[in-house]
Amino acid sequence: MKPEIITGAEITIRSLQEENVEFVFGYPGGAVLNIYDAIFKQTKFKHVLVRHEQAAVHAADAFSRATGKVGVALVTSGPGATNAVTGIATAYMDSIPIVIISGQVPTHAIGQDAFQECDTVGITRPCVKHNFLVKDINNIANTIKKAFFIASTGRPGPVLVDIPKDITAETAEFNYPKTIEMRSYNPVIKGHSGQIRKAIDLLINAKKPMVYSGGGVVLGNASESLTKLVKRLDFPITNTLMGLGGFPASDKNFLGMLGMHGTYQANMAMQECDVLLAVGARFDDRVIGNPEHFLKNPKKIIHIDIDPASISKRVQIDVPIVGDVNLVLIDFMKAYKEVEKNYDKKLIAPWKDEIKKWIDIDCLAYKDDGSVIKPQLVIQKLHEVTKGDAFVTSDVGQHQMWAAQYYPFNKPRRWINSGGLGTMGVGLPYAMGCQLAFPDSQVACVTGEASIQMCIQELSTCKQFNLPIKVITLNNRYMGMVRQWQEFFYGNRYAESYMDALPDFVKLAESYGHVGMKIEKSSDIESALKEAFSPKLKERLVFMDFITDQTENVFPMIPNGKGLSEMILAEDL
Amino acid sequence: MRHIISLLMENESGALSRVSGLFSARGYNIESLTVAPTEDETLSRMTIVTSGSNKVIEQIVKQLNKLIDVVKVLDLNDGRHIERELMIVKVKATNKYRDEIKRISDTFGGRIIEMAETTFTIELTGPSSELDAYLHSLDKAAIIETVRTGALGIGRGDRILKI
Repeated sequence: MKPEIITGAEITIRSLQEENVEFVFGYPGGAVLNIYDAIFKQTKFKHVLVRHEQAAVHAADAFSRATGKVGVALVTSGPGATNAVTGIATAYMDSIPIVIISGQVPTHAIGQDAFQECDTVGITRPCVKHNFLVKDINNIANTIKKAFFIASTGRPGPVLVDIPKDITAETAEFNYPKTIEMRSYNPVIKGHSGQIRKAIDLLINAKKPMVYSGGGVVLGNASESLTKLVKRLDFPITNTLMGLGGFPASDKNFLGMLGMHGTYQANMAMQECDVLLAVGARFDDRVIGNPEHFLKNPKKIIHIDIDPASISKRVQIDVPIVGDVNLVLIDFMKAYKEVEKNYDKKLIAPWKDEIKKWIDIDCLAYKDDGSVIKPQLVIQKLHEVTKGDAFVTSDVGQHQMWAAQYYPFNKPRRWINSGGLGTMGVGLPYAMGCQLAFPDSQVACVTGEASIQMCIQELSTCKQFNLPIKVITLNNRYMGMVRQWQEFFYGNRYAESYMDALPDFVKLAESYGHVGMKIEKSSDIESALKEAFSPKLKERLVFMDFITDQTENVFPMIPNGKGLSEMILAEDL
Repeated sequence: MRHIISLLMENESGALSRVSGLFSARGYNIESLTVAPTEDETLSRMTIVTSGSNKVIEQIVKQLNKLIDVVKVLDLNDGRHIERELMIVKVKATNKYRDEIKRISDTFGGRIIEMAETTFTIELTGPSSELDAYLHSLDKAAIIETVRTGALGIGRGDRILKI
């Protein structure tokens, strides 16, 4: 068959089609007009027009988090690309596989300070897994193939492809490569069998074993293998903020989330264990606090991760295992079965008793006299009403922590939030990505009145694409987490953390063509949520403005730089 | 401790900035960095002189390996190696000092590559520490200008960096 001669724009679109892309989130502009013209003439994928490029990248990112597929965003040169940077950095910090296509000024104009020109490859370099500037039409298909390959393999991450406008107008043969090989990029997949046996030996001889799993388990589709292994070992386990849902929260061995706002039992067990199995997690500052304090209790640490650079970065590892977490965990199970007969589970009974005492402290209890809406209660009711089976996206701040603490996730890829970069404004575009991927599922965006305003323009996109998201706004008229730190560490000086001149969110939602609700009484929480999730409003976006307790804080809390066992509990104050 | 790290990377535009960007973003030291194409024109070889604790050096090597364009990384300090740096120095060489400068340069194996009326230009290669020693032997006031390539290194015997 004779290869087709088509334009660079068509090659770009055909390449995306070859990758079975379902949605492209984007915003047109001068440098991508040829590409948009090619999109106009095709029907294979759907283009989702956002209202700001940041939201395009967030939505593509959430699509990927919810489905495990590569998300795609398309932006124009200059401001289109710079607006996308927050979205790209957010995806980068959480290792989310997305491909961003950005338009660039024509090759002859590069470096001339042309209209809407910026050094996109230079600007994005520190926050992408890799990026490319395509200077030859014959490289477009090959580069897009590489971009998808790099984004989705190894430790995943965003890859940007910058395409100058003149290249998209030229014509060339279209040949999409079936496979790609790169001599400089060969991620290790299989874990070292000797190391795995060593790890199992440590685990079955541990008196105080502990499992700590992170976002790598979710991204690596390893939840099932992890769950089987941990249940069989009957070990206690905690998940990081990014790892929630990686192990079912309803299981008796689950100690809740760990970290700065983790549960008392999870943090204490992390601190006091003698053998720690870390799976797809990276010991970051919000998770283990101060590393010196963490190591005060001597422990042997086994670390499974796809990224060699994550091993021994903050904490020295005794048994490193580099590989695909799912494959490694499957090998773990095999290795364990061989020695299972030697394992006496009674060895860890005293450890479980110790953990039980920590659980009994009931660190997530909060006082509620019904006079004002407690944000925690809203999340608990949301969990009830959605039967624990919704996609929950969040923005960043107190509401994010409450959602993580009070909405137990039993499945991976249901909890969608910005853990690494902590980007306020992701919640609504994240909900868009989830709802488009799963049009029949319940999608709740848990947010605050500060965060939601950072990407509120997307209410318009939600209308255009009929996305029946339920926006749960915990409105305390403060940037709650900032206020909490100011209360604890800055002598109650609430510098600029008060949200003055808030809009009437009900009217705002209505003006975008959505349903707005304002809920001011604790007794109305449940009925309002039931109504929002009722068949009557199944097709509608409902913006729920919950007026919550202004003074509520997130507990437990580990002050910055302190150790895991140095938590402040609600009753301490 | 000072380490010489050699690496091979795809000879593509922007490759150098990926490496230098990594060092600045993660707060690693760079004492020197040299880069040139190899006999295989698709590959560049870069030599980075850096310093840090073993833990930091381990991270540097891992982070370099993680860059998509980097094909192979070798920490030369992991084994026996040869180090060389080239320096060109311009010094004041008036009558009474000309002999002394020549004598010092000979001692260090330097070569005078230009004799002007009042200056000498000397070329010297050796491990970086030897070049430092040479500069120390000269009268500080006599040194007009120096230019150094930064260190290059290669493994001894069968320690090789090749794909």
